Amino acid sequence: MSSAQIEIQLIACLVAIACAIPGTFLVLRKMAMISDAISHSILPGLVIGFFITEDLNSPWLILLAAVSGVITVIMVEFIQKTGLVKEDTAIGLVFPALFSIGVILIAKNANDVHLDVDAVLLGELAFAPFDRLFVNGVDLGAKSIWIIGTIVVITLTLLITFFKELKVSTFDKQLAATLGFSPLVIHYGLMSIASVTTVGAFDAVGAILVVALMIAPAAMAYLLTNNLKKMLIIAILAGIASALIGYWVAHYLDASIAGSMTTVLGFLFLLVYLFAPSKGLISVLYRQKRQQVEVYLLTFMLHLQNHTEESERHINHLGEHINWGKMQSKTVVDLALKNNMIVIDDNIISLTEKGKGFAEKAIDYITTNSTVAIEEMKEDFFLFRG
Amino acid sequence: MEITEYFNLLFTDYTLQTITLGTAVLGALCGMLGSFAVLRKQSLLGDAISHAALPGIALAFLITGSKDSNTLLIGALISGLIGTFWIRGIVKKTHLKSDTALGLILSLFFGFGMLLLTFIQKMPNANQAGLDKYLFGQAATLVSSDVWTMCIIAGLSLLILLVFWKEFKLLLFDADYTKSLGFNVKFLDILITFFIVISIVVGLQTVGVVLMSAMLLAPAAAARQWTNSLSVMVLLAAIFGAFSGVLGTAISASSNNLSTGPVIVLIAAVFVLFSFIFSPKRGLLFREIRYQSNRKDLELHKTLAFMYHIVKTHDNIDHPHAIKILNNFHGFTRKSLQKLESKEYITVNKTMWSLTEKGFDKAANLYNQQEENE
Repeated sequence: MSSAQIEIQLIACLVAIACAIPGTFLVLRKMAMISDAISHSILPGLVIGFFITEDLNSPWLILLAAVSGVITVIMVEFIQKTGLVKEDTAIGLVFPALFSIGVILIAKNANDVHLDVDAVLLGELAFAPFDRLFVNGVDLGAKSIWIIGTIVVITLTLLITFFKELKVSTFDKQLAATLGFSPLVIHYGLMSIASVTTVGAFDAVGAILVVALMIAPAAMAYLLTNNLKKMLIIAILAGIASALIGYWVAHYLDASIAGSMTTVLGFLFLLVYLFAPSKGLISVLYRQKRQQVEVYLLTFMLHLQNHTEESERHINHLGEHINWGKMQSKTVVDLALKNNMIVIDDNIISLTEKGKGFAEKAIDYITTNSTVAIEEMKEDFFLFRG
Repeated sequence: MEITEYFNLLFTDYTLQTITLGTAVLGALCGMLGSFAVLRKQSLLGDAISHAALPGIALAFLITGSKDSNTLLIGALISGLIGTFWIRGIVKKTHLKSDTALGLILSLFFGFGMLLLTFIQKMPNANQAGLDKYLFGQAATLVSSDVWTMCIIAGLSLLILLVFWKEFKLLLFDADYTKSLGFNVKFLDILITFFIVISIVVGLQTVGVVLMSAMLLAPAAAARQWTNSLSVMVLLAAIFGAFSGVLGTAISASSNNLSTGPVIVLIAAVFVLFSFIFSPKRGLLFREIRYQSNRKDLELHKTLAFMYHIVKTHDNIDHPHAIKILNNFHGFTRKSLQKLESKEYITVNKTMWSLTEKGFDKAANLYNQQEENE
């Protein structure tokens, strides 16, 4: 590995960390799309900053861009408050307009400038090490490392200092207000951090990857845990993993690093989405299927309890009367047999003592509709579940 | 080129006609279907889908090797649909919220698309020029076959809207009721989403991935301010969309260096801003005016009620009182006295006022809701 490669990977990892932290809170606060809006609407800020300073590397550029990110948030909230359109429409209206202004400003005034819309949106990590920071003629490493490193340090400091406040205001705004810390301050603080992170990261990785790095690791972590601290750690780790894997995939394919990092994130998310232990698609579908069979079983037990006559309890009767298919009846009967709730005697089904007890409890549950936890009831009776 | 010159050229120049017609049809189509997206609270779906279409375009090029816009559009359509249904899957089956799902699909698909595009760029002897026009859109590349595609799709979606008008309307405002009436909600849902995706995909070439969502939203959001009727809203949105298309093309054609997409979006944004402020029923301006006049009325009523309580203690209504005694009462001004006098509720004589018969009746019935509002 050459030093440039190490630097690129370092930048990618730092960006991943810087994005994962605000991203986690954005996802939890149901404001994920705000990051998309910010990432687009920093463009006019950048352009105006460039016109003022005439220098693409000026810190004013970052500041103005971050300010235009915060202005986006304020505009979106203003439109939402007027109640003229639904919440997310406001986001969709504000950022394309601001982005258009940016594009037009560039087209009109900056013909011979290296400010390119493509560069803002897509970024190019491979060039990041060429832009170096010199202090008194000493090469201190790539500039991006310093910029993003500073952002990471600031974000981490703020996170640790205000962790409690962030946590409370994210999950219970009223409580936060009652306890005396203004949700508004925390809200705008978070938005400012998100803006600054977006701006700091975009010229290394591009605006779209910033969005991906904010949302995807947080979403993955959210599918894996319900604990805020664990969620933050998982999000950071997922971000770093995708940064490193993504870099080598890009190296191998000779393609955009930002693109391949996002693609790796996509695959990671797909895996988590499918296989997450209790919230992944497969376990959700499995649980739904099982609950369905259990509800069938309940119906079946009640049916048996209500009918003493043999004709109603014949095994072939299920199909005609409760309108079940063959497979379905077989699953349900098998489950009931396994749990010792029924006995089959010459194709006539009868309830056992245990089955009767279950059916009675079930009726209790249905008629009173009280808070009896049906899951507990099932635990009591089921040896085997559907 | 001046704007007037543009409109003169419009009647003679074939290319200009094609482009203008294209953006107009696109604007109308997006406005029409955008109304449904906005009302279904799917405003940002357009943003997500337009980004999600990018890998489809790149893959279609990789597989077929052709740059024919219809082939690429089919690829875009497929990946847009995959994105849409994945978003639904995430929202329905996990506890991630719709904003997270949208942001995820948007950024992940777009990133994958970028990976493919840069990969294509570096492929030997692959002439990829023209693919990146889908990023920012280039109305100038519209040819008549593209416009035909747009017209056909616009006609088709208009037909579908007309045929299923009643069902769509029901679905918009009360999905549960629609289901209980026995309509196939799932089918209707997929049908309208499908057409929204198509309209986004056809617009990509003109306004590009980034700005497509605004094409969908802005005309509808503007139209919403002027009416409460769905049919009027759809019609207005289509008109707004078409106008933004034509005006945007005109402005961008009449000056150098202006790409059409951003100009169209800004024109549409101006429509939205104008509607937000000046729409008579919902607009901010008239809302403020109404608010102020209500406040004035209220103050007038307060003054009147205060007078009424003074007058009540006297035998004859028109017994004069000093204006001075009103001084420690808020909401009383010289103007409000004049206003009351002009309504003949009181008569003012130098420094004294007295309530008239009419004013007394009015004040006595002030809190009577049954009374007709004047």
